[in-house]
Amino acid sequence: MEARILTDQPETPLEVDHQRAVFPEGLSLDCGAMLAPVEIAYRTYGILSAARDNAILICHALTGDQYVAETHPVTGRPGWWERMVGPGKPIDTDRFFVICSNVLGGCMGSTGPRSPNPSRPAFDAREDGDAVQELWGTEFPPITIRDMVRAQHALVRQLGIERLFAVIGGSMGGMQTLEWAATYPEMVFAAIPIATAPFHSAQNIAFNEVSRQAIFADPDWRGGRYWESGSIPARGLAVARMMAHITYLSEEALTRKFGRRTRRQNASPEASGDPEHPLSFFGEIFEVESYLRHQGSSFVLRFDANSYLTITRAMDWMDIGAEHDGDYAAPFVGTRTRFCVVSFTSDWLFPTSQSRVLVRALNRAAANVSFVEIDSDKGHDAFLLDEPDFDRTIRGFISGAAEHAGLHIGPKP
Amino acid sequence: MRLDQKLIAQMIAPGSRVLDIGSGDGSLIDHLFRERGCDARGIEIDMQEVTRSVAHGLPVVHGDADHDLAHYPDESFDYVVLQRTLQAVERPREVLRQMLRIGRHAIVSFPNFGHWELRLKLLTTGRMPNTAVWSTPWFATPNIHPCTIRDFLALCSDESYRVIDWMAIDEEGERAPWRRSIRLANLFGEQALFLLGRNEPASRDERLK
Repeated sequence: MEARILTDQPETPLEVDHQRAVFPEGLSLDCGAMLAPVEIAYRTYGILSAARDNAILICHALTGDQYVAETHPVTGRPGWWERMVGPGKPIDTDRFFVICSNVLGGCMGSTGPRSPNPSRPAFDAREDGDAVQELWGTEFPPITIRDMVRAQHALVRQLGIERLFAVIGGSMGGMQTLEWAATYPEMVFAAIPIATAPFHSAQNIAFNEVSRQAIFADPDWRGGRYWESGSIPARGLAVARMMAHITYLSEEALTRKFGRRTRRQNASPEASGDPEHPLSFFGEIFEVESYLRHQGSSFVLRFDANSYLTITRAMDWMDIGAEHDGDYAAPFVGTRTRFCVVSFTSDWLFPTSQSRVLVRALNRAAANVSFVEIDSDKGHDAFLLDEPDFDRTIRGFISGAAEHAGLHIGPKP
Repeated sequence: MRLDQKLIAQMIAPGSRVLDIGSGDGSLIDHLFRERGCDARGIEIDMQEVTRSVAHGLPVVHGDADHDLAHYPDESFDYVVLQRTLQAVERPREVLRQMLRIGRHAIVSFPNFGHWELRLKLLTTGRMPNTAVWSTPWFATPNIHPCTIRDFLALCSDESYRVIDWMAIDEEGERAPWRRSIRLANLFGEQALFLLGRNEPASRDERLK
């Protein structure tokens, strides 16, 4: 099964009706374009207090989405941060009102490259005569992390919230957290950027570029207009995911999980990628290969290739000091937000050195900062995995911040 | 909280901004926040202590006195505290300068190498003294810059720091009575505790005199 993606078209992803907020007036983007209308898909958990002061916004990473603490309607898998978010969890939905939205440019219900392009009419393309709505595709305007944050801001205001108790996110979610604190400082009481950086490094841009080139090289990408033929660039997107997934782990984690173990290849000749010689070179495969192929094949079922291109590009442009001559302190001068910066020892995608750059910049801005490097061998993905020290840090920081904010919402009796 | 930390806390005006360098388990900053309404933050080199502190809701960053003070702006704090650490930093003079740049006051405690027991042991045995306070052998000690109370006062004088308050304390943190005589304090005090300020530039009237 796991090798199918290298040859076949997967089944069409399940269409699901997502909970959405609609902004007909649209959004003015960093690139100068006006994007309208804008829809933001989101989920909430817990109850907003009468004073509307207990809201926590969770920002998801590159391939995450709004289904943070519930079974995913498309994949059927548990929410991506269920171990962190829920009743009695470190982000306690008995105490806090938790919001998570799909990023602008995403493909889980928010406006993105897979949304209809309102400036283009529907046209007849198929032989059966059904009209096909033109989608944005690669014409979707280039967006930035700050544009994603502006969209979240519109959502938060529509939910009637003047001030967020906390904004939290890992990786690209951490980038959004920083943009929140820089763009709407009065609205963020506490910010928790995790396994992230105030700028995207050359190495990370390089990895993103390899991912994008893998998609471009897939003939099924069709210049970004793959939706016209009903196909998806599954091979390219899967290779992109496989490569990226390596960067989320660590050598130690890969060795621990797979070592050099091999397994017998499936009988199917396609599995070898070479139908002529099914049992020659690829008769056995390493377990790590099998694992990556599975990561690739399951990813293409839930993620849109043009969204992947759009969002990775937004990450590449992330540089919070860009408008301040590279000074990472300037965006935070005068901030009253309480920060908790978290990194992981084995994360080589967003290494601790980059968190330290952020912490020192926040110190220069005289911000109130906590900074913890969690000892973990699980690599960048550690923030999604079982790390008790990390859980304790988040729980403790949130409780401490709640005390400073004067929140007196006890857990349910 | 240790007794010497209580003495430090008493030196700090309520409602101040405080940075505790080497905040350990965070008990001083916790006390300053809860009992004295201070905006108290910590820097700690031991990551386990940092994690424990943050997990208790205390604002602590991982870092150390030698490398991280330079990143704070001038006068970010009313008090910058360095407990029992001055003798272990790489550049004590620079650390003190940074403390009095980013803070209006510096509170420094250190073990006194002029204590009679150390002097006697070195004199009689001819070997590096080993006492309750100085308990690690010379090849393993982190205390690379030991000094006496008189050495410290000489440095303060060199750097024109104002000694606002000082006391000798014993290892348990009880205030020792040798307050009036520096020489006695230097002989009998196991630890020293100093409250320093910058020597403010003379006011215009004084300069005109």
